[in-house]
Amino acid sequence: MREVAVVAFAQSDHVRDSSEVSEAEMLMPVLHDVLEQTGLKARDIGFICSGSSDYLAGRAFSFTMALDGVGAWPPVAESHVETDGAWALYEAWVHLLTGDADTALVYAYGKSSPGALREVLTRQLDPYYLAPLWPDSVALAALQARALIDAGVTDERAMAAVAAGARAAADGNPHAHLRGEVPMGEYVVHPLRTGDCPPVDDGAAAVVLAAGDTARRLARRHSRRPAWIRGMDHRIEAHSLGVRDLTDSPSTRLAARNAGAFQRPVDTAELHAPFTSQQVLLRRALELEEDVTVNPSGGALAANPVMAAGLIRLGEAAARVQRGASDRALAHATSGPCLQQNLVAVLEGEEGE
Amino acid sequence: MNKEPVAVVGIGQTKHVAARRDVSIAGLVREAAVRALEDAGLSWPDVDAVVIGKAPDFFEGVMMPELYLADALGAVGKPVLRVHTAGSVGGSTALVAANLVAARVHRTVLTLAFEKQSESNAMWGLSLPVPFQQPLLAGAGGFFAPHIRAYIRRSGAPETIGSLVAYKDRRNALKNPYAHLHEHDITLEKVQASPMLWDPVRYSETCPSSDGACAMVLTGRDGAARAPRPPAWVHGGAMRSEPTLFAGKDCVSPRAGRDCAAEVYRQAGITDPRREIDVVEMYVPFSWYEPMWLENLGFAAEGEGWKLTGAGVTALDGDLPVNPSGGVLSANPIGASGMIRFAEAALQVRGGAGAHQVDGARRALGHAYGGGSQFFSMWLVGAEPPAA
Repeated sequence: MREVAVVAFAQSDHVRDSSEVSEAEMLMPVLHDVLEQTGLKARDIGFICSGSSDYLAGRAFSFTMALDGVGAWPPVAESHVETDGAWALYEAWVHLLTGDADTALVYAYGKSSPGALREVLTRQLDPYYLAPLWPDSVALAALQARALIDAGVTDERAMAAVAAGARAAADGNPHAHLRGEVPMGEYVVHPLRTGDCPPVDDGAAAVVLAAGDTARRLARRHSRRPAWIRGMDHRIEAHSLGVRDLTDSPSTRLAARNAGAFQRPVDTAELHAPFTSQQVLLRRALELEEDVTVNPSGGALAANPVMAAGLIRLGEAAARVQRGASDRALAHATSGPCLQQNLVAVLEGEEGE
Repeated sequence: MNKEPVAVVGIGQTKHVAARRDVSIAGLVREAAVRALEDAGLSWPDVDAVVIGKAPDFFEGVMMPELYLADALGAVGKPVLRVHTAGSVGGSTALVAANLVAARVHRTVLTLAFEKQSESNAMWGLSLPVPFQQPLLAGAGGFFAPHIRAYIRRSGAPETIGSLVAYKDRRNALKNPYAHLHEHDITLEKVQASPMLWDPVRYSETCPSSDGACAMVLTGRDGAARAPRPPAWVHGGAMRSEPTLFAGKDCVSPRAGRDCAAEVYRQAGITDPRREIDVVEMYVPFSWYEPMWLENLGFAAEGEGWKLTGAGVTALDGDLPVNPSGGVLSANPIGASGMIRFAEAALQVRGGAGAHQVDGARRALGHAYGGGSQFFSMWLVGAEPPAA
C-alpha cells in the first residue's frame, strides 16, 4: 500500500457564535494557514475534499461558497462529503492510494450558531418513525449514558472526571472553547449534566495529506516528521437505537481492527466523543490502557464545531506525531446518533517504519 | 502506479416517476440496489462497502439520510461513504466507489444515488434564499437561461435547435422502460408550441422532477471474471471544479468541464473523441445544453455543436448518439441523474441497453455536471479491459 501522511494541520478558534463572518470567511484563514505550512498553493494540490452540512448552513449547496474561498482556479480535482470532514480525509486518502495524486487538501467547517443544534440534529433521524418525535441529540446521548450506568460501565462521578480531564487538557489548547475548572453542573437531560455535554461551536479545520517522498519533503519545511497513516477504516451500525446495544460500539472496534490499531499499543488517542459517557465507551471498545494519553487537546468536550470535530481529532493526533510528542497515535471520528458511524485511523512517526 | 482495473458488473434502476408514493426512501434505494446485485449475480454479503450520493438533503428534508439508510443498503457492519457534489453527485459517487476498487481498499463496492423529489419541492429547494442569491431567480432554469442565451448569441445557432434536442430525447425515452416521461404523442410542433418558462427554455425543453434511484456494482479483475454478464470497464474518470461566479468565467463552456474531459481522454488514450467514442450519455437538463456540452466535451469546435444536433448526428441512429436513454430531459431524480448517465454508458458497452442500444457501442462517455456549471464528473467505459 502506498505511504500517505498528514503533513500539516490548521484550525480556527472555536467559538459559540461567529455571526460576524460567513462560512467562507471563517474557513479562509485556516486554508491559508495549512497551505502556508506546506508552501503549496491551491493550484498545486492534486485533490481537494471537504466535509460540511447544508442543514447547518440552512441552504442547499452551501459548500460551493467554501470552494470559492479555496480559489479553485484554474479548476481543481475536488469532491465533498455531506458529513464530518474525517470522511473527506478518508476519501482523499483513498484517492492518494490510487496514485492519481500526490497531495490532497482536506477541510471541514460548521457553524451551529444560526440555528438550534439540538433540534437541527433531529432531522438526521429516520424521517418516518423517529424524526417526527424530535428526540434531540442530548436526549439520545442521555439514553446511552443511562444504559452505560445501568450496565455498571460508568457512573456520574466517573463521567464528571472525564469532563474535568478534558477541560484541564484544553488549558494547553489555544483553539478550544471551554477550558479550566468546570463544575458537574445542572442536569441537562438526566443523567447528563452541563459538564457531560459538549459546547455548541462554530469552527473550521484543514489538513494536507501527501504521499511518499512528497510527504517527507513537505514535512521537512517545518522540521517536522510526516504523520504516516498506517491504516484507516470506518464502519456503520444500524440506525434504529432499538436494535443496537448502546453500551457497546462494535463499529468502532471493527474499524480499529481493520486500521491495525490492535497490532501494537498506541501512546495517544484522540477520540471524537461529544459526551463524557461516550468517551468511557470508546476507551473500552478500543481497549485503551490507562497509560494512553486520551484527548490531550481536550476533545469535543472542549470544542465541538459539528462537521469539523472529527477531522480535528485526526489533525490533533497527527500534529502530536509530527512534533514527536507521539510515535503511534489513534484518531477516531463519529457520526450519527449515539456513535452510529465510526472511523479509526492509526498514525505513526518515521520510527514506526 | 499499478491500479486495479475497475469493472461495472451490475446495474439497477428504478422506474423513474413523478412520485413513488408506494415506497419510502429506504424502499426506493433498496429496489435499485437489489436489481444491481441481481444483475451482478451477487448478494448482500458480497458487498464490502457502500458509497451513496444524492443532491441537497433539503430535497427530502432529511439531514444525512445515509445514516437512516444503512439498514436498507445492507451496510450494517460495513463502511458507508456519503458524497455530495451538487448535480454532478451521481457521477462523483461512482468515481469515489471506483477509487476504492482501484486502490484495492475493497474488492466489491455497491454504489448508489437517489432522489425522492416528491418528498418536497425541488424548484424552491434550488431557489436559494437572499442574501445568498439575487431575488426572483426561480429554480435552476432561471440560473441557466442567460447562459443559453449567451450561447445562442455567440454561436449564431438557429432557435429551433433546443426543440430538436427535446424531441429527440423524449422519443428516445419511449425505448427506455425506466425513463420517467413516456410521451407517445410527442411531436416537434408540440415541443415548439409548449409554454415559454425561462426564455429561451420552453416547458418541453425542461427536465421533469422525478423520484428514482440508480445503483451499480463495481469490482476488480477477479470479480469481473466471475460476473454472469459482460462487464463494462472503466478506462478513465475525473472530477473538476471551479468557482461559481467570477470575472472571466466562461459560463457557456466552463474550463472545469473542458479540463475534466481532457483528463478522462488522456487516461483512456482518446485523441479524437468525435471518432473514438461511440455513444455519449450527457447531463442535459435543459435541451440547449446538448450543443453546448458537445463543444465543451470536445466533440465539436467552438460554435459548431448545434450543427451536429441539427444534422441528426446525435440521434439514436446518428453517427454520435447522445442520450439514447432519453437523458435527464426524460427523467431527473437529481442526485441519481449523474449516476444514471454513468450507468447508461456502461449498459451500452455491455450491450445491455435493450431497445435503446446503440449497435456496436464499444466506448461510451458518461457525463455529469452541477452547481452553477462548476462541478463536473465524467467517466469513459469500454467493452474491453483497459490496456495493462
